[in-house]
Amino acid sequence: MPPSTTRPKAPKVPQRPGDRIFAGASTGAGVLILVVLAGVAAFLLVEAWPSLTAPAEDIPGGEGVAVYVWPLLFGTLISAVFALLIASPLAVAIALFITYYAPRRIAAGLGYLIDLLAAVPSIIYGLWGFTVLAPLTVEPANWLAENLGFIPLFAGPPSATGRTMLVAVIVLAVMILPIITAVVREAFRQTPRLHEEASLALGATRWEMIRMAALPFGRSSIIGASMLGLGRALGETMAVAIVLSVSGGVTFNLISSANPSTIAANIALQFPESSGIAVNTLIASGLVLFAITLAVNMVARAVINRRKEFSGAN
Amino acid sequence: MAKRIEVKDLDIYYDKFLAVQGVSMTIQPRSVTALIGPSGCGKSTFLRTLNRMHELVPNARVDGKIFMDDDDLYGAAVDPVNVRRQIGMVFQRPNPFPTMSIYDNVAAGLKLNNKRLRKAEMDEVVERALSAANLWEEVKDRLPKPGSGLSGGQQQRLCIARAIAVQPDVLLMDEPCSALDPISTQAIEDLMLELKEKYTIVIVTHNMQQAARVSDMTGFFNLRGVGQPGELVEIDETTKIFSTPSKKATEDYISGRFG
Repeated sequence: MPPSTTRPKAPKVPQRPGDRIFAGASTGAGVLILVVLAGVAAFLLVEAWPSLTAPAEDIPGGEGVAVYVWPLLFGTLISAVFALLIASPLAVAIALFITYYAPRRIAAGLGYLIDLLAAVPSIIYGLWGFTVLAPLTVEPANWLAENLGFIPLFAGPPSATGRTMLVAVIVLAVMILPIITAVVREAFRQTPRLHEEASLALGATRWEMIRMAALPFGRSSIIGASMLGLGRALGETMAVAIVLSVSGGVTFNLISSANPSTIAANIALQFPESSGIAVNTLIASGLVLFAITLAVNMVARAVINRRKEFSGAN
Repeated sequence: MAKRIEVKDLDIYYDKFLAVQGVSMTIQPRSVTALIGPSGCGKSTFLRTLNRMHELVPNARVDGKIFMDDDDLYGAAVDPVNVRRQIGMVFQRPNPFPTMSIYDNVAAGLKLNNKRLRKAEMDEVVERALSAANLWEEVKDRLPKPGSGLSGGQQQRLCIARAIAVQPDVLLMDEPCSALDPISTQAIEDLMLELKEKYTIVIVTHNMQQAARVSDMTGFFNLRGVGQPGELVEIDETTKIFSTPSKKATEDYISGRFG
């Protein structure tokens, strides 16, 4: 018998007001996010437009938007990426220690402490970096320049004040460490007992159990948490603005006194004294930051999705 | 391979709480020993002391001795990790590693034992384990796919394959069929009868028919009373336990008068 073409009418489901209100509210919240995102993007585009179309010599620096933004973008990326390289392995290690190695009482205390650290305002980290950490790095930086100067990162000449990219990176790493740790720890805590036991029953040591059960299970959380940290490091304003001694220029040298600024710190420092096309240029740099952050998140999502069927979510 | 287990006067404690008291039994190699009894009587707890898995609970400990052939499993110098490498375990709920492929699940134990096997050897071991678990025909074309995509019964057989891939001396099964449908259950039971040719199998089950079908020896656990520790009431040949048990409590339980 050929399949009939007329579909049977779906039976009418009675609509309850509670369901409708809830569906409407959650749909509205979802749409609102898109609207806000689109609004921000539109604002940035519209405000940045004059600087994108203006003649190059009108832009601060006199050589066009791209030349103005590039060192800032470079500074932003280098500070955030290095901060992430320091923070994420450390965060995973701390989370593993709290979840699997620390005695129960210490673990609870440490967990609270980490959460508390995440709540410290960034300006405090900036002040700490400026007054405490920067002077402390002068000596080690001299040593690095002398002994490891062949590595471009430590080429020197070392800064006498310590207000270097290295300090900014460390401050950023300390700042994003708690948030990454907190997310990753939560993931490890939810590692199914069944999978832990499966590996232990096969004769896994604790470390092997972590490698077989906890790390794969927490993998997408680790990536997600790192991206969260990276996002925070990319957008961090005050700490970098206070710590970093800026002279522009693009360099991988982490310990000299000539450092590129970051987009966010530059906006904060320049905005009060800017007017006209200079404001548009700053907003254009903001647009670049927005795009980078968006791209980072999309890449992270793609990485997580690539092995979705192995994620354990099914 | 296939070793005898000798339990002598075993008391199991959680901190100060005595959970199971005075268990002595001999588990014969190349046979299936079933442990039955009402919930909470300590049969699973006892099973987990055989491969020292109960130690994962903080402050859990045992008094008494367990020997596997002549090795004291609780000797001072014995590493529980090594005990677990010789005694495989299958759990109540199928628990293949969700982040691993079917192949890697079976190979997981081998990789742990730090045997550096060549690809061809590894392939052979994986195929042998999956064949022994009666799963090879069903999965041979999708070995790189995740194990979590299989049905519940297939997943449990995958877990059995994972456990026997390392050629353990003993295989412990903690209610391996309680999450499975009757068809899958039968597949696992058939498998047990094949596996006992090579392994010593101990199975905890709530299903008395299952114990009667698959086991050679049956041990009946019961609580001594409310708030009292669990104990091994008796252990004997399965046919005897289910026809003429020597203890009244056993007869009451198997005839459905309680439990």
